Amino acid sequence: MNRFALPLPSLRWLPVYRRNLLVWRKLALASIVGNIAEPLIVLVAFGYGLGGLLPQVDGIPYILFLAAGSVCMGTMMAASFEALYSAFSRMHAQRTWDSLLNAPLDLDDILIAEWLWAGTKSMFSGLAIIAVVIVLGISREPTLALVLPVVALTGLCFGAIGLCFNAIARSYDFFTYYFTLVVTPMIFLSGVYYPVSELPDWLAPVAQALPLAAAVNLARPLVIGQWPTEVWVPLAILLAYSSVAIYVALVLTRRRFAA
Amino acid sequence: MNEPYRRQDRAGSAEPGGRDAVARRDRGAEPARPARASVGLAHRPDARSQRPHRLSAAADGTPPDPVLVVRGLVKQYGSLRALDGLDFEVRRGECFGLLGPNGAGKSTALKLILGLAAPDAGDIRVLGLPVPQKARELRRRAGVVPQADALDPDFTVAENLLVFGRYFGLSDALVRTRIDPLLEFAGLLGKRDAKITELSGGMKRRLTLARALVNDPEILFLDEPTTGLDPQARHLIWERLRRLLADGKTIVLTTHFMEEAERLCSRLAVVDHGRLIAEGTAESLIAAHVQPNVVELSGDGVADWLQANAPLAGVSHHELVGETAFLYCADAESPAAARARAAGLRVLRRAANLEDVFLELTGRELRD
Repeated sequence: MNRFALPLPSLRWLPVYRRNLLVWRKLALASIVGNIAEPLIVLVAFGYGLGGLLPQVDGIPYILFLAAGSVCMGTMMAASFEALYSAFSRMHAQRTWDSLLNAPLDLDDILIAEWLWAGTKSMFSGLAIIAVVIVLGISREPTLALVLPVVALTGLCFGAIGLCFNAIARSYDFFTYYFTLVVTPMIFLSGVYYPVSELPDWLAPVAQALPLAAAVNLARPLVIGQWPTEVWVPLAILLAYSSVAIYVALVLTRRRFAA
Repeated sequence: MNEPYRRQDRAGSAEPGGRDAVARRDRGAEPARPARASVGLAHRPDARSQRPHRLSAAADGTPPDPVLVVRGLVKQYGSLRALDGLDFEVRRGECFGLLGPNGAGKSTALKLILGLAAPDAGDIRVLGLPVPQKARELRRRAGVVPQADALDPDFTVAENLLVFGRYFGLSDALVRTRIDPLLEFAGLLGKRDAKITELSGGMKRRLTLARALVNDPEILFLDEPTTGLDPQARHLIWERLRRLLADGKTIVLTTHFMEEAERLCSRLAVVDHGRLIAEGTAESLIAAHVQPNVVELSGDGVADWLQANAPLAGVSHHELVGETAFLYCADAESPAAARARAAGLRVLRRAANLEDVFLELTGRELRD
């Protein structure tokens, strides 16, 4: 039982993933509404309200600028809530993980399932916001379809980061710190509401290395119907955060359960 | 054919002198009782024949092979030595009880036996499998009733069983054939589509037991199975566990209820400070560690009376716990009882029980 071992490939995570899917199916509507309400309000209120006062931002209407940010932010929020509050409930309050461990499953299987599930659930949220963007006529570009893989990767990335914090949480209160000290500053640094180029010169490069900024950099051109000028760098940033974070989450979770 | 559940009365299929008779004799429990038709958990005979050592055990009358062997188990948590060289064996078909005060190491032992944590030293073999190396294979063939029910509150009763069966890699079709017999066994058939929040504490416990049987385990581990239940619910759990024993399951349980241990367990191990301090049947433990008769004295001035009158004739030793004195006597008719009654104390005479052994071995100070 090497705490630092890489997880071995298997499909044992599937029944755990299906468990979470079955719970979600019972509460799907409430779950989607809860996850996309905030990014939607932001999109409509700021996009139409503030957008009416603003000239074009980066050469496009403000609501179109904001649409990609809202999709990425909504995805990040959904993945984070799932990997923090929901996973913590299953791990700690409900002791679902303990029951799973009494079956022929390992922590690795459970964590991979939680990760893929957080990614899936956040995709539902990202998809819902994209649908609103289409319905409101903010954008109807065919390249919107390519936002989906970006959404998936964003969800997996923030799911993995969330699981790291889940592994070291003692109570739900701890997650408040994560949201106020990590998530909220990241939103303001990642070009969701305004272009990163508006940031001070010393801050802009730091901001560009954030996973949410990488997601926005990929999604925004696709939402407005263009091919991203930079594909590989933001893609590599998201992949790097995802793979490092899921490995750290595994090690931290193994440590938690060994104690 | 790996469908192990069959609804039939197995009494007719247990031939005299066969494995079941041996297993029951070995348990030294009450007379053999037929498994009820409603249990629906009997093994197929062909499944049994795949375990030749059990049949050979019946033939020459020797005890069945141990299905669980624990040797020199050590587990250290920081400065706490939770297990300090624990040894014991469990034989097939028996109900084995791990007794000990809170913090004695019972739950840690279970955790290690299931391979959920690695021991710092020692060997574990369950169903012939080395643990933790083959822990996953072991857990595939074992059932676990944890201390906390941990049922899925978002699912119905039946869904809880279906989803749990999937964790064992069982097909939905197979699990669905098992749900009704399991719910019938647990007395929950009428609650099939109920939500978990609608169940009483006893019902949740029975559902947790049914869930632990979804993979038709060979060995069942129960961690304090009746803690927190009222007497009615407790008796119902005990009755179901006896049915499982009659079906040939091996049961390992931890408890600090002496009544539970005396009623269910064919053999007991008393554990304290992470070590085995006594092992045997309830009768043999009582015979070995305490006098057969106990006189309990209570009332005002017990301590003073005891101090004034000790040593008492016919009393091998005594204990004072709060306002009650326990006098351990070889003979049922101790002259001390009459003297205490004459002094105005309340006197209760009874046979020694497992609780006396437990308190004798683990001390009377409060554990937290």
